[in-house]
Amino acid sequence: MKAIRNYVDKIKPNFEKGGKLESFNSFFDAIETFLFVPNKVSKNGVHVHDPIDLKRTMIIVIVALIPSILFGAWNVGYQNALAYGLDRTLLENFWVGMIKLLPIIIVSYGVGLGIEIIMAQKRGHEVNEGFFVSGMLIPLIVPINIPLWMLALAVAFAVVFGKEVFGGTGYNIMNVALVARAFLFFAYPGQMSGDSVWVLNLKDQPMVDGFSGATPLALLNQTGTMPSASLADMFFGFIPGSVGETSVLAILIGAAILIFTGVGSWKIMLSTVLGALGMGYIFNLFGINAYMGINPVYHLVMGGLMFGAVFMATDPVTATSTEKGKWIYGAMIGILVVLIRVVNPAYPEGTMLAILLMNVWAPLIDYYVVESNVKKRLKRIAVK
Amino acid sequence: MAETVKIKKGLDIALVGEAPIEYSQAPTVELFALKPTDFHGLVPKLLVKQGDKVKTGTALFYDKANPEVKFVSPVSGEIKDIVRGERRKVLEVIIASDNQNTAEDFGSADVLKLTTEEVKQRILDGGMWPFIKQRPYDIVAKPNETPKAIFISGFDSSPLAPVYSEILKGSEKALQAGINALCKLTQGKVHLGVNAKADNSVYASLKNVSVHAFEGPHPAGNVGIQIHHISPINKGEVVWVINPQDLVALGNLFINGTYDATRNIVLCGSEVIAPRYYKFVLGGSVKALLSKTLKTEQKNRIISGNVLTGSTISTDGFLCAYHHQITVIPEGDYHEFFGWLLPGFGKFSASHAFFSWFCKNKKYKMDSNLHGGHRALVVTGQYEKVFPMDVLPVHLVKSAIAGDIDQMERLGIYEVAPEDFALCEFVCSSKTEVQRIIREGLDLIIKEMN
Repeated sequence: MKAIRNYVDKIKPNFEKGGKLESFNSFFDAIETFLFVPNKVSKNGVHVHDPIDLKRTMIIVIVALIPSILFGAWNVGYQNALAYGLDRTLLENFWVGMIKLLPIIIVSYGVGLGIEIIMAQKRGHEVNEGFFVSGMLIPLIVPINIPLWMLALAVAFAVVFGKEVFGGTGYNIMNVALVARAFLFFAYPGQMSGDSVWVLNLKDQPMVDGFSGATPLALLNQTGTMPSASLADMFFGFIPGSVGETSVLAILIGAAILIFTGVGSWKIMLSTVLGALGMGYIFNLFGINAYMGINPVYHLVMGGLMFGAVFMATDPVTATSTEKGKWIYGAMIGILVVLIRVVNPAYPEGTMLAILLMNVWAPLIDYYVVESNVKKRLKRIAVK
Repeated sequence: MAETVKIKKGLDIALVGEAPIEYSQAPTVELFALKPTDFHGLVPKLLVKQGDKVKTGTALFYDKANPEVKFVSPVSGEIKDIVRGERRKVLEVIIASDNQNTAEDFGSADVLKLTTEEVKQRILDGGMWPFIKQRPYDIVAKPNETPKAIFISGFDSSPLAPVYSEILKGSEKALQAGINALCKLTQGKVHLGVNAKADNSVYASLKNVSVHAFEGPHPAGNVGIQIHHISPINKGEVVWVINPQDLVALGNLFINGTYDATRNIVLCGSEVIAPRYYKFVLGGSVKALLSKTLKTEQKNRIISGNVLTGSTISTDGFLCAYHHQITVIPEGDYHEFFGWLLPGFGKFSASHAFFSWFCKNKKYKMDSNLHGGHRALVVTGQYEKVFPMDVLPVHLVKSAIAGDIDQMERLGIYEVAPEDFALCEFVCSSKTEVQRIIREGLDLIIKEMN
């Protein structure tokens, strides 16, 4: 540890202004602050600071994602085994999934962090930690069969046009991970929807007869038939889907970590769930078709609603910044997800679109919350 | 007593180094300084030059904008030096004490028999005026204004702060005289906020004052928070505030006719061997006090005031005019290996992001390390948890950064002082200098209004 520090101090002058590796300053700084919390002290203002910083905040989100990652990797192998009628152990399934998932994670981080470092260097900033989480979220919400070049393109698009053009982490309007997914969704619909994309394909083998690979959402959307998977299967996540979304249990463990540490807003999570349930019950009242009539609880365990509610809607940069606004924002997401799922025939899943739409609306919600606070203050003068 | 106001939002930072209510004998101090920089926005006009003899209470400089506001010498002696900074700005007027403590006599008087103008004049002449501050803007009050009310916070809830309800025992008479004087200065009420959980016998017999009890974590003792809950400030209104110890000195000015800069101060913090209270004169050099009382000589941060709002001073620096506390903590200029990744059992945090939440009642040794780099504001909801006002802190800070005066006004800038944002700054994971931003926002408004 001391030796590493000494080495870092030794090579540091090369990267500082005037050094021969000056143009790698941001890269060096990112590595240095990754290894060591900087020795900066408070100059003015408070003399002691809470040890929490963005790195700590982001790493906690990563920790919260671990159950979903581990389960998701296993489920990739499990679904693949089901599809091809293979007999594998738990570990083998996990291994098959991990082998497929790791390159996706590496490409996602490599491309995203690369762009971040170049941008930071250009602007003379420190590298922001925002992509820490985005880079992990993206692999969890794309189909496991995605070609890596396609993923790289989507990540580059998301980081540049979803974030850096606005000024970097903290200034972006829409969730970066969802921008990447939206890019894929509209640019390469063939790879992003349909029955075959959510289960790991083996090129030279035919699937077992009768295995459809369709997600419960797709079934409901296209055929109006109830999924064959039980509610418990869907809750635990033994269904096809993107890596992170299938297991509601794993997501809830993550949610508990986020809520306990105070990193994720429980208000947004809760209001999203309530919004979805509420909309589900309203559809129950109409009950025109089978989809409208389903128990609203199904909406929570199918598709990406819970994953979106816990890990994406709570992104503090793109959500509403007022506490009251968070209730409205979350509820609207829940309502829109169910609305898009049930009413819109083109899109089986509404989570991505609902969150992106509410990202755009968040400043408006904040505006009205702020105005109501201002009005209260003005009223005080009027009363006097 | 009125009903207790319960403050729910806030944070008590659990630092080691709290002093028991025990006094030690302060060493003899030879050098004193009156620092114009302690009084925000002041442009001083000097009345003395190097080598002049002064008494306790002799005016050293006055405020260029309000010439009747005088700043007086805390001790008798000789002007040793006038330290100037950039553009000849006066930083310190240093007085070498003659240890005689001969004082200017302003004449004793019964406050109740004086008129408002007479009271004002005595406070101004006697050098006590600078201790009366005003909201909005958190600056020295303007003598030609009449405040809607005057507020005193009877307790300091900031980390390791002196316990006023204990150290003021025996000063009841002076407190009452001070309150009587304040009553002459306002047409409204004089309000006193007390700690609902403390022994408030010292305040029990006070008359002409409306007492409010507050309960909850810091910043419940901040006078700004108390004003907000008792009678919030609207645009165009002015309220005045004074610290209870300074109020005692104000009372003594009327009782004894002399200026008294002696305060009960507490020397505290993790680097102090035995934290104790001292009778100490404002502006006194801390050098003698800190010799032999600190654990190490090196790598200390000496703070005049508390860890949230105090000013860094050097080992031979001087106690600031408004501070009744000297906190010594370790300087944090070290690199911590994977500090953001480790469990963090020994780290006090407002969040549950470190395993220190295991031990609820532990006290922590904290240093001045920033624990991270400056970032854009990312995490939301942090400030709100420690900001017990019906003001949106993040939006107010953002409008202050943007310099948008209209928006600052609408969001309630007149109600706040930088100190109210100290906890926001503490918890901020982006390490934003919130107090500086609010101060600059207030300064911008002062500049544009005048």
